[in-house]
Formats: sequence, C-alpha cells, structure tokens
Amino acid sequence: MASTTLIDHTSELPAQSGGEPPRHEDLYAKRKQIYPKLAHGKFRTIKWLVMAVTLGVYYGLPWVRWDRGDGIPDQAVLADFSSEKFYFFFIELWPQDIHYMAGGLILASLLLFLVTSLLGRVWCGYTCPQTVWTDLYIWVERAFEGDRAARMRLDKAPWTANKITRKLGKHAVWLVIAFWTGGAFILYWHDAPTVAAGWFTGDAPLTAYWFAGILTLTTYFLAGTMREQVCTYMCPWPRIQGALTDEQALNVTYRYDRGEPRGPKRKSESWDDRGDCIDCNQCVQVCPMGIDIREGEQLECIHCALCIDACDEIMVKVDRPKGLIAYDTQIAVAARNEGLTPTKHKLVRPRTVVYAVVMLAIGSLMAWGLATKSTIEANILKDRSPPFVTLSNGRIQNGYTLKLVNKASEPRTMLLDVSGLEGGAFRVIGMDHEGSDTLELPVEAFGVDRYRILVVADATVPRRQVTFTVRDAATGETDVNISSFRGAEQ
Amino acid sequence: MTDETKDIDTHSGVETTGHSWDGIKELNNPLPRWWLYVWYISIAWAIVYMILMPAIPALPGLGTNTKGLRGHSDRVEVAKAVSELKTARDAQSIVLLDAGLEKIETDRTLQQFALAMGESAFGDNCATCHGAGGRGAIGYPALADDVWLWDGSLDGIEYTIRHGIRHDTDDGTRFSAMPAFGRDGLLKRSEVDDLAQYVLNLSGRSDEPEAVLRAAPIFQQQCASCHGADGTGDRTQGAPNLTDAEWLYGGREADIEATIYNARNSHMPAWDDRLDDATIKAIAVYVHSLGGGE
Repeated sequence: MASTTLIDHTSELPAQSGGEPPRHEDLYAKRKQIYPKLAHGKFRTIKWLVMAVTLGVYYGLPWVRWDRGDGIPDQAVLADFSSEKFYFFFIELWPQDIHYMAGGLILASLLLFLVTSLLGRVWCGYTCPQTVWTDLYIWVERAFEGDRAARMRLDKAPWTANKITRKLGKHAVWLVIAFWTGGAFILYWHDAPTVAAGWFTGDAPLTAYWFAGILTLTTYFLAGTMREQVCTYMCPWPRIQGALTDEQALNVTYRYDRGEPRGPKRKSESWDDRGDCIDCNQCVQVCPMGIDIREGEQLECIHCALCIDACDEIMVKVDRPKGLIAYDTQIAVAARNEGLTPTKHKLVRPRTVVYAVVMLAIGSLMAWGLATKSTIEANILKDRSPPFVTLSNGRIQNGYTLKLVNKASEPRTMLLDVSGLEGGAFRVIGMDHEGSDTLELPVEAFGVDRYRILVVADATVPRRQVTFTVRDAATGETDVNISSFRGAEQ
Repeated sequence: MTDETKDIDTHSGVETTGHSWDGIKELNNPLPRWWLYVWYISIAWAIVYMILMPAIPALPGLGTNTKGLRGHSDRVEVAKAVSELKTARDAQSIVLLDAGLEKIETDRTLQQFALAMGESAFGDNCATCHGAGGRGAIGYPALADDVWLWDGSLDGIEYTIRHGIRHDTDDGTRFSAMPAFGRDGLLKRSEVDDLAQYVLNLSGRSDEPEAVLRAAPIFQQQCASCHGADGTGDRTQGAPNLTDAEWLYGGREADIEATIYNARNSHMPAWDDRLDDATIKAIAVYVHSLGGGE
C-alpha cells in the first residue's frame, strides 16, 4: 500500500544501485485478504445505527404511500419514466424542472465539501454505500465464519464439509442481500407493489430484470469480494478529498506526540520516557482497509473510526487515558509534539463559511422556486425561418409558436393577450377570435399544447417587442413572455 | 526475490521499477493484479467480438469486409427501425384520413398532430426548394407570406401538392406557359425594354414615362390576357400580380427584362404518387399555417 510519508530531503543519499529490475509479475500486486476484527465501542455503535437507518431508508422508501389524488401515482418517491414525472412526497417535477435536480446535486456536493472540511471523510467512513454494504457483508461473514482469527484459520484449513458449509452459507446470504438490493432499486422507477409482484410472474418490464440483475452482481462483487479495492483503486473521492480537507479538518488521527516512542510493555515497566502505544496492533486488526493508522494520513483510510474504538479498549485495560487515536487535527498534534498548547479547534473558517453560505443561497433559491412554482408554463418560440415576411399590403408578419403547459390535474382555460406592439394584430391558426384582444385557449389536464400565432404590424412600427400574456381564467395565475418582432432593417 | 536484489529508493523506501532515465527512477507502486486480469479479459472479449461481429474492413485482396457470425448489419437495422417507425406512424396518421382539412386545422388534437407530422414531412420533401419554414428563394415561392400564384386555400394547397405545377405526367397538374417574347422573336429587343419599364411603372418604379407610354398598347395586346388589364394577375392561370412588391424571379429592371425575354415557367413535382394521403393532408395544413393561408 502506498503511503504519503514525508520525504526528508536533508538526508539525501545516492540511491542504491545494482538491484535487479523487478519481474513483470511484481508490477502487479496480488490482493491480500483483509480480516477485520470486530470492534466494540462508541463509533462501532454509531456505525451500526447509521447502517440500520440508511439501509432502512433504501429498502423501505419505495413502499411509502403518498396520496396525490385520482389518476396520479400514490408512491411517495417515484421516478415515473412512462409519464415523464418525478415525485418526491409533496414535490412533483416535470422534465422542464430538471434544474431542481441539478440544484439538488450541487447542494449534495457542497454538503460533501462542507462536511469534509469540518470532519474529514465521514461520508466514506459512515454513509457511503460501499462502506455500508461492505460492513453488512462482513457482519454476515462473521456470522458464518467467526471473527478475524477464526476466519484466518478457516481460510488456511483444508476443504472439509464444515468449511464448505460455512462458505456456501455465507455466499448464499450475500446473494440474497445482493438480490434484495438490486430488486429494491427498480421499485423507485415503477409502482412498487405492482412491479414487485410482476417481477416474479414475468410481467415486469425488461429493464427491471436488467437493472435488478446488474445491481445484484455489482452488490455481490463490490461488497463481497472487491471491498477496499473499490475505495483505493476505483473511487475518485479519495483523490478529490485531498483538495478539500486541510490541516484543520477533524480526521481520525494517531496522536504520535503521545504514542511515541512505542513498544511492547511489561506491567512492571514504568510509563516514563516512553509513549502510550504498546504496539498491540489492535488498530490494524480492526481496520477494514488493512492499513496502519499510525503511519499518518493515507489515501486508503476511509476514516471509519473503528481503530479509535479498538485503541480506547486497550487504553482502558492498561489504565492510560483514552484517545491515543482520536478525531483530531494535524495542526493540533504537530503543536503538542513541539510541546505547545494547540489552539482551540475552529469550526468556523473561511472555507467552511463559504461552503455554508453558498449552500444556504442555493437552498433558499430552490425552496423559493419550489414554493412559488407555477402550474402553468408558457413558452414563446419565435420562427427562425423565415424571421419575418412582408405581406402584399406592405405590413410585416412574424410567426410564433406558443407552448402551453398545464401542470394541474384538471383541464383549464387560458386567456391569451398579445400586446406591446403599436398597431399590431394577431391571430391563432385554427381559432376564430374576430379581432378581440384576448383569446381563450383550452389546455388539457397535464397537457402540453402548441398554438401557432401570427402577429402583424406596420413595417414602420418603432418598438420591435411583443408581449404574450397567458392568464388562467379562473385563478388569475399569469405567465408573461416577451419576444422580439423582426422586420427589414430601417 | 530477496531484498538484496531489489532496487529500493532511499527517500521513500519504495522499490523502483529498475528503469532509469538520466538517473531518474520510477517508483513501483504495483497495480492490483485483478486490474491486469481485466485487461486480459478485454482482449479475450475483443477476439470474441471480432468473430461475432463485422470487424475487418475490405482490405485490398480481401474483397469484402468480414461479416461476423451474427451477420449484424447497421444498414439492415436502420432500415428495420425506419419501417417500424413508419408502421407506428401510419397507425396514428389514420385519423387524418377521415377528417376534412378544415376540421383538421380547427380540431386541437388533430391540428397538433398534423402540424408535427407536416413539419417533418415538409422538411424532408419540400424545404429543399421552398426553404425551412417556407421562407422561399429566388424562383421558389415563399409559402409564409400571403401572396399565392395559384390558390392559398386549404383545398387549393392540397391540390397543388398532389398534382404539382407543370408536371408533365400528371393530367390534373396546374399548367400555364408564358411565351419567351424576346427569344422566340415575338417582340423586338426595344419593345421588351419598353415593356419592362411598363411593368416597373405598375409598382410605381419607372423613371422613363415615354417608354411606358410606348409599351402600353403592347402590354394590353400581349400580357393583359393573363396578367389582367391592370396587371393584378390571374390566379386561375398562375399569372402573378405585377403591381405588388413580391417578385418571384427578382424585381430589378434587368430581372424583369430577362423574364419577358426568356419567360419563366418553373416546375413543381406532383406528390400524389410519392406521398401517402395522410402526409399530403398534414403538409397542406402545415403550409396553410405558415402565415399566408387563406
């Protein structure tokens, strides 16, 4: 495993030479199986709770119902591709509301940035699906094969009926979980009870089988056999976080100022002139990434804090204060190592303030947008070809298409008013309004209608702008669109 | 391998690959071995793919490209998809067959369907000459304005689409022929020039009153039978109005002279046997909606 230990340039020596170049096979490392030991303590408990909540939400959410009225799906969270709608409890999004999804993703990444600069990689350590499902799979593995030492013994042991039974049992349960995971995914895209029943009778759409199958396999392999390889080699996040975290972020840290010099200790020995680390290796044994936290900040470390639990347990046994490994900042540890008192940890820093302010701004903008979201939407598309035509009487005509969206569940009548053009007149293809200023346009429930509008004005009209106002006859809800009116340059 | 045979970098304590460029060495942080296996698998997959799918192009001496065991052809797939699309569209466009053009234009559902279908068919078949949105070009009438040579009503537009203009093989085609007055020796060059001034004067643009006076009897004799005594044209013969600002072949003096001298008789194909009924009706409604429909 690569480590990011500091290079001391002052002790530069010529590199040793004369060594054999490594054989081809040595350029590729065989994966070493990691046997994480079960930790006990505060952080292990938190991780069990987080696992229960996140998995509970993932598996349970599609079954939550939310009444929206007749003819509309009553599933609380549903991405309904067939009718091109996304439902999230009281929020209903249409394809043209895609910017809310973009906003949500931006918020999510900002939250990730903020949390990383405050608490390091807590996302990786507690909530990342890779971590959660791997943790679950290790729990199953432990149930069938025992804890670390037992598992290591079992893997070395010859293939007996006992070993085969245990291994088969483990993989069978893994596959069931994987299938359940892949199956739960498709529930978000269809009516959950219907697609769940249809899946087994062969009535579900083909994509449902594909995605259930793909996610079953990825869950099984990523959480069962690939595990830490995903984080170290496949995930971009460990690389990105290098740019987001700093020496003031609270990370899982080995306090070398207190621990060194380390070494095994007999009861009779004194604690004077030595560090608190007794080199018991418990922190390494519980690590799901198979690293040694005492080597410092490392790419592989997902900051799951299990080494804190392991070390605290030992510190209690040897009657030393807890927290030899703890959430701490690099700057504080370095200060104590110099014999100084570290300044109090600062949560409010320019970096965190900027993230928080930007999040607040985007969040309020989205909330405001959602709260005032209109149920009508009018868009004017001006003809680009031809941009205008000259009529035989010398007047100028421009063509427009009005796209009218009714997001309400009942049909409505909209009043169209075209204004702002001096001496202008308009007509709508296929409709008769006998020179009246406004025109009634019917729109179906959930309808998207297009109306073709022709606007005529004198070639000398001064202000070449035309305003299309669409107003709901019943509620007065209004959408105003301003477009240009083109003619030959004067 | 023992440690003695390894080349260890003193700074980082990491083994090097043993490669050296001007004394710069490369650390060996080994890739996971499964990564290497994934690469081998992709090579194996490439071989399978080459056997199953068309893979090697028609190199000299090979004759044709390899077809692959699956016999896959993108060309065939596209043709199949296009015909499936046509079947699906035909099933929908059937609603246009039973409805009259008037009904199609005023019924919201039928209109939206016809405009979408008409726009697409217009783009494929008509826009080459008439331009996108029917903007027109020199020699190709604009369909978005209110000037019509033959007929701007829904039925008239449909008739023109079906039978074309001066289309040899269609008995119902719209037909008229302007003589080439100069080229065929019907008028002298000077008379053609005078007539051009007369035509310019119809839209108030001539500055040679004597030429206009000289040409007046010629116009009445040669031109008025089609273009009308006052030059406002005659739609039954497709004879354009000469008094307005619209000029299909250009309105400058030289353009008008050339038109009188050589005549202009352009063609539009009949689409009756090229497009199905529903498509023709959809195009008619679409053209009618462009801006000048009557």
